[in-house]
Amino acid sequence: MTSPLDLSSARDETRTGAIRARYRRWRRRRALPTALAYILLVPGAILFVAPFAWLVSASFQHVGDIFSWPPQWVPEDPTLDNYKTFFGVPTESGNADVSANVFRWFANSVFVATSITVLQLFFNSMAAYVFAKRQFPGRDAIFLLFLATLMVPPQITLIPNYIVLKHIPLFGGNDIFGQGGHGWLDSYYGLILPGAVSAFGVFLLRQYMLTIPDELLDAARVDGAGEFRVFWQVVLPLTGPALAATAIFTFMYAWEDFLWPLIIISSPDHYTMPLGLAMFVVKNRTAWDMLMAGSVVATIPVIVIFMIFQRRFIKGISMTGIKG
Amino acid sequence: MLRNWNAYLFLAPGLLLFSVFTLFAMGFALYLTFHEWSIIQPEQPFVGLDNYRELMSDERFRRSVYNTVYFTGASVPLTMLVGLAVALLLNQPLRGRGLLRVMYFLPVVTPFVVVAIIWKWLYNGDFGLFNYYLLKTNLIDEPLLWLADKNLAMPSIILMSVWAGVGFSMVVYLAALQAVPEELYDAAKVDGGGAWVRLRHVTIPMLRPATLFLMVMGIIGSFQIFTQIFIMTQGGPVDRTTTMMFYIYEAAFKFYRMGYASTLAYALFAMLFIFTLIQLRLYRRAYE
Repeated sequence: MTSPLDLSSARDETRTGAIRARYRRWRRRRALPTALAYILLVPGAILFVAPFAWLVSASFQHVGDIFSWPPQWVPEDPTLDNYKTFFGVPTESGNADVSANVFRWFANSVFVATSITVLQLFFNSMAAYVFAKRQFPGRDAIFLLFLATLMVPPQITLIPNYIVLKHIPLFGGNDIFGQGGHGWLDSYYGLILPGAVSAFGVFLLRQYMLTIPDELLDAARVDGAGEFRVFWQVVLPLTGPALAATAIFTFMYAWEDFLWPLIIISSPDHYTMPLGLAMFVVKNRTAWDMLMAGSVVATIPVIVIFMIFQRRFIKGISMTGIKG
Repeated sequence: MLRNWNAYLFLAPGLLLFSVFTLFAMGFALYLTFHEWSIIQPEQPFVGLDNYRELMSDERFRRSVYNTVYFTGASVPLTMLVGLAVALLLNQPLRGRGLLRVMYFLPVVTPFVVVAIIWKWLYNGDFGLFNYYLLKTNLIDEPLLWLADKNLAMPSIILMSVWAGVGFSMVVYLAALQAVPEELYDAAKVDGGGAWVRLRHVTIPMLRPATLFLMVMGIIGSFQIFTQIFIMTQGGPVDRTTTMMFYIYEAAFKFYRMGYASTLAYALFAMLFIFTLIQLRLYRRAYE
């Protein structure tokens, strides 16, 4: 007896059989391109990683071995001295003159990049909140001003800001008219404050906050929440993903910023990590072993952040396009 | 009105910093272009259009524009092409593609100063790995000087910048590739389109917005190239790698000519502005 049910299942079987056969054909046809893809991709990837591998390897070598010919990929006589010197731990062959400062650079970078990130999140989101959710005279004009400067490259403001910092009144030996001293040059204020707000960040957060329904805010107001509480307990939590994305980018950008510290910082005590490493190279210091260890240490925080936030990071890049 | 006053409080810190360090700074930079301004001189005389006149006849400025355009013209398309190739290969169902993607992306998250340091070492004439392997494989007979050779210096910088940037364009292209609807490929297959036809007439047109985005970001970024130059060549040999940004830096902070340096910065701005306008046009056409 053949019921319609049986018939259909038999049809299903021939169908799945056909699909399987098609899949096998597809796999066979696919095998060649796949092999080709590996042949092209794997050596390429190795070439991309090789410089890092060598850097890490060199950071565990004695300075003489770094210069050896042929180069050593696996340290023949591995040592932790470079890292010890870097973190100020005394060693037999230690370079006392450099170790005094180098750890300080790392600490400076952590402090400066963290401060910039926290301040930016705070100031950007406060400005974004009023642009997105409040009515007040002049709002659109001010927002337009922010937008208009998005196209201006930061190089334009470099020189005037240097002069402005030099003349900040009552700081760095300046009198009330901003004369006589060096103001905020060569200081943490100078490193942090010019980067403490970003028009681009305000813009991104505002766009995100526009999607939050006004009813939520009104409900909180009816319940007697003040403006700051509405912002802090209603709007900010709902802006989480956008805040996270901008925080990651801001931190990484601040961490590796080089030009601004180079211009305003003069005393090694205030060097950030990239500036310290660069001055090392430019001034032709010979302690390449330390430099290798320092480069590894400077890279680790960003790699760790990237590994943790990989998905968000890659999504954020195609969304915002920071970091060219 | 009373309900609104605190909106200004929210805006105050951001607006204050923005007014000083962006708005005022832009105006002040323009003001500087009309002055002879040195931070070590007590006098800052008004010089009218002298800075602009000097710009017109400045041989080094012309050189720096040429170098910047050379760098941009080579590095941006190369980075995009290699990135596209890697993305196309990685867009297939491969085992370990997550790992491969991270490997190609690693240079992007590495601080640029570190990248420059590694590559300066790789290019080293005496101990560098490039010379070692090229000599060993008999591709060259004697060590190349790379960064010290006036014809090789800029290509060396370009090669290193492509290496550092490929991961970025790969990620952008991968995201765009994943958004191409499968039906389009099926339709092309039904019409008998081979792999090349599908790439040429389906994939590449669909990737156009991503391509334009990368072009805009790439051009803006490479017009401002500085870190590599500062660490690897300091503009040499004989100004072969003096880019506009490096020249601005030298004028302002080596020769303390803030006025002239601001004029140079505005010239850079003007060039970027024109580029951006052209690209906005292209954008609009891509989305129509």
